[in-house]
Amino acid sequence: MVHPAIRFRGAVALVGRFPVLAGVDLDVAQGEIVLLQGPNGAGKSSLLRACAGLLPVVHGCAEVLGADLVADPRSVRRRVGLLGHSSALYDDLSVRENVRFAVRASGGSRDGVDDALATLGLTGRLAGTPVGGLSAGQRRRVALAVLVARNAELWLLDEPHAGLDAEHRDLLDRLVRSAVGKGATVVLASHERDRAHALAGRVVEVSGGVVNAVTPAPGGLARGERGRANVA
Amino acid sequence: MWRDALLVAGKDLRVEARSRVATNQVAPYALVILLLFGFAFDSNRPLLTQAAPGLFWVAVLLCSLLAVQRSFAIEAADGARDGLRLSGLDPAGIFLGKAAAVAAVLVGLEVLLGAGVVVLYGTGLHDPLLLVATAVLATAGLGAAGTVYGIMAAGLRVRETLLPLLILPVVAPVLLAATEAWRAALGLSADNGWRWLTLLGSFAAIYVTLGVLGFGTLLEEA
Repeated sequence: MVHPAIRFRGAVALVGRFPVLAGVDLDVAQGEIVLLQGPNGAGKSSLLRACAGLLPVVHGCAEVLGADLVADPRSVRRRVGLLGHSSALYDDLSVRENVRFAVRASGGSRDGVDDALATLGLTGRLAGTPVGGLSAGQRRRVALAVLVARNAELWLLDEPHAGLDAEHRDLLDRLVRSAVGKGATVVLASHERDRAHALAGRVVEVSGGVVNAVTPAPGGLARGERGRANVA
Repeated sequence: MWRDALLVAGKDLRVEARSRVATNQVAPYALVILLLFGFAFDSNRPLLTQAAPGLFWVAVLLCSLLAVQRSFAIEAADGARDGLRLSGLDPAGIFLGKAAAVAAVLVGLEVLLGAGVVVLYGTGLHDPLLLVATAVLATAGLGAAGTVYGIMAAGLRVRETLLPLLILPVVAPVLLAATEAWRAALGLSADNGWRWLTLLGSFAAIYVTLGVLGFGTLLEEA
């Protein structure tokens, strides 16, 4: 039996005493690209963090990649890649050292590190540059390289296009399609409607910590078509 | 767990080597403390020599606060702590790695401070083995306790001011035992300094055990 990538039922998560998720119902099939949409403070980032096992679900049902997050939120973390508002990098380490550490820490192979750096255009002198000396867009690319090198089964992307130039936004879209083509599932939150709609198969409207509506994405690719697009 | 510990310790030490905070800020701070003690007691040279072990370990304790704060400051910047949690590293391995890195920085500072004590305070050496054994156990205890309290304070806005309040009272037994053992090791006391190693060893064992068992929960709460 194939598990859904994400299955939430009445999921409640608290930050302090405030319910940032107030009973979320959500199903995401494996190999899907789903867009979370909603106003600021709607709970999109919290939902992504809950899916990564970083925000504990205290009530309801929350399963990600077949793992029960209510019982053990840590169980899924190695299989998930999260690109959040912060890039989770060490300023004093070089680009290559950051990616290598993240990959080794998640139990991955170092073989994919150089390929990931090359894919994101982080080769040559840039690979040896301390991350603290990079621009915001370059840092974003390093964080993306971590995601690619980790080969995660579930990509959770929070405003992934933010800070990237047009060339690298296109590259990001190709990477997302390529990951899905290899069997990964992608959930992204983005205010860049045109780009995100073109990527996603479904749009999930989030507001007040709950899912209000799930609709097909206008202009989105059907599931079978997405995997055919590869990274140039 | 051991693999994860090595990975985290290597990362922390590499960050320290690159940022040079330990060499350019903490080490000069340690030497300034020694110098200030020297100025304060210089008119009474015998007292300065007698007090040298205690002054040395007070300086080490103050430096350990900076080392622990630094260890968790690098995880607080740019959401690195979330990256560490998301990696799925064994929390016990993270604890051991961070404690080992703090201890390694302290060992370097102790060598520097030791040389400073000999030069500035004019102390001699009676039992080098006791001196080294004391330093190893005290440093292990400081590294472990510092890492436990460091992660407890890590998620709080007032962590910089709270950390000394948490750590300094708790490590008082280390200050007492290490000072007494070093007094014997430096020939300043006729006591059997080796008996203090039981206290230092017990302290280190308690905090290593606490950290290995509880760091995961503390990391999630931070």
